[in-house]
Amino acid sequence: MNDLIPHLFRTEYRKIVSVLCRRFGFHEIEAAEDIVSDTFLTASQSWGIQGVPPNPVGWLYQVAKNKAKNHLHRNMIWQQKIAPGIQDNAAFSDEADIDLSAQNIIDSQLQMMFAICDPAIPVESQIALSLRVLCGFGIEEIADAFQINKDTVNKRLLRAKEKLRQAGIRIEAPEPAEVEARLQPVLTTIYLLFNEGYYSVSRNKALRRDLCLEAMRLCTMLIENPQTDQPQVNALLSLMCFHASRFDARLDGQGELVMMEEQNTDLWNSDLIGKGGYFLRSSAKGQTLSRYHLEAAIAYWHTVKGDSFEKWENILQCYNQLLQLHYTPSAALNRTYAFSKVHGKEPAIREAEKLDLKGNHFWELLLGDLYTGIDDQKAQVHFRNALTLAKTETEKQAIRKKMNVII
Amino acid sequence: MEEYIVFMRLDLITKDAQPSPEQMQIFMKQYQDWVGGIAAQNKFAGGKGLSTEGRVITFGDVVTDGPFVEIKESIAGFIIIKAASLDEAAELARACPILKGEGNSVEVRKISAVHPGS
Repeated sequence: MNDLIPHLFRTEYRKIVSVLCRRFGFHEIEAAEDIVSDTFLTASQSWGIQGVPPNPVGWLYQVAKNKAKNHLHRNMIWQQKIAPGIQDNAAFSDEADIDLSAQNIIDSQLQMMFAICDPAIPVESQIALSLRVLCGFGIEEIADAFQINKDTVNKRLLRAKEKLRQAGIRIEAPEPAEVEARLQPVLTTIYLLFNEGYYSVSRNKALRRDLCLEAMRLCTMLIENPQTDQPQVNALLSLMCFHASRFDARLDGQGELVMMEEQNTDLWNSDLIGKGGYFLRSSAKGQTLSRYHLEAAIAYWHTVKGDSFEKWENILQCYNQLLQLHYTPSAALNRTYAFSKVHGKEPAIREAEKLDLKGNHFWELLLGDLYTGIDDQKAQVHFRNALTLAKTETEKQAIRKKMNVII
Repeated sequence: MEEYIVFMRLDLITKDAQPSPEQMQIFMKQYQDWVGGIAAQNKFAGGKGLSTEGRVITFGDVVTDGPFVEIKESIAGFIIIKAASLDEAAELARACPILKGEGNSVEVRKISAVHPGS
């Protein structure tokens, strides 16, 4: 039982909260959360004394349903006393009203996803609320993942809930014609969630992996639903599969980052690489080439071991297009690295020097690498700049190693 | 930062001047490397290629088929870039790979607001 309740909390909390919240509306999201937390408290007390029931999930649903009914009932009495004139008690009808069927659970979670990822809510709050309500993470886990304290997590959650109420966001399915546009912020949040795990400052490897897996689970839910099974959603899942395939290779025993060229490729997960390929093929439909398509194609080429002209030429062309769609400094730097692999170091130095990224230690690092063997003195200058700008000890160590090579 | 439009003019009419599919593939990579380099500087603001089909309507309601036939250089496409000055825009445009072809040209023009919403 010690393992069962935390496990069920992770899988069932989010489902019941979504169903209740959809039923009550966002103005009662706290009530929905309290009912579900209370249900788990009752479970741990009752199961500790009487033993685990034969169908623990069914038990949880039944208890949550009763508690929700009581809550609605109390609301009705309150409403009747305060406003006796109101005869239409739409808020309370019968038990069938709280529908914990498999279909309604899926529908509620999908709708919840669209509601939480509304652009009206600050991004950091979207992610915190997604982890809490869509993924069933505890406050402590969220705090650990972001390396912030629990008060800050609670504040972010409160702010997000307040925004949801203020903006009058409803938990409902988007109109068919709106799905594509409404999907954008949902996909952005899922990708951010994944990146939080992938590039997290936390050293808790298990937790970081969980964040990545949760992002992939949410994306899978979208793919399993015909309305949201769109090419760019498949591309995003493909991209995450390819990245996740390197999860074990890119972090050492201490949770420190291992650079791509130093990774043990035997640790790459071939199962996830295969899945990435499958979803990449599924994404090759329609007219739109999204940033996720291009990023997935780049990630695919990175799973091809060793260096080849074909590999780097493809990566370069994908970055050329990605930057036209969506500029980021890291894409500009990676594009220049690929450019050097295709056209050589000297033309790449000219490209790199045009980038206005002074003060970015990855830019200094790239120029250091490009100048190595061409003009070692200049390389040292750039490495020294990178060393001053680098934030973590791991980064500094990697830079010193490069400096030692050219001395 | 101001926006500038770069018109690319090529001979789309003379049969012998047209590239083979293999050449076309190489040209496209060179073209994408050029645009990618501008985009990597966060100075790309949009662009379109143009089909070789077209119609020209002139004074007196005279309609002729094809891109402008009076001159050999038809507009093949355009991109919009962000630059601090016409000099900087021209510097970015100078690297356009179509300029490796004799007779080809690019024209850089600053975009000024004429239409609402821009």
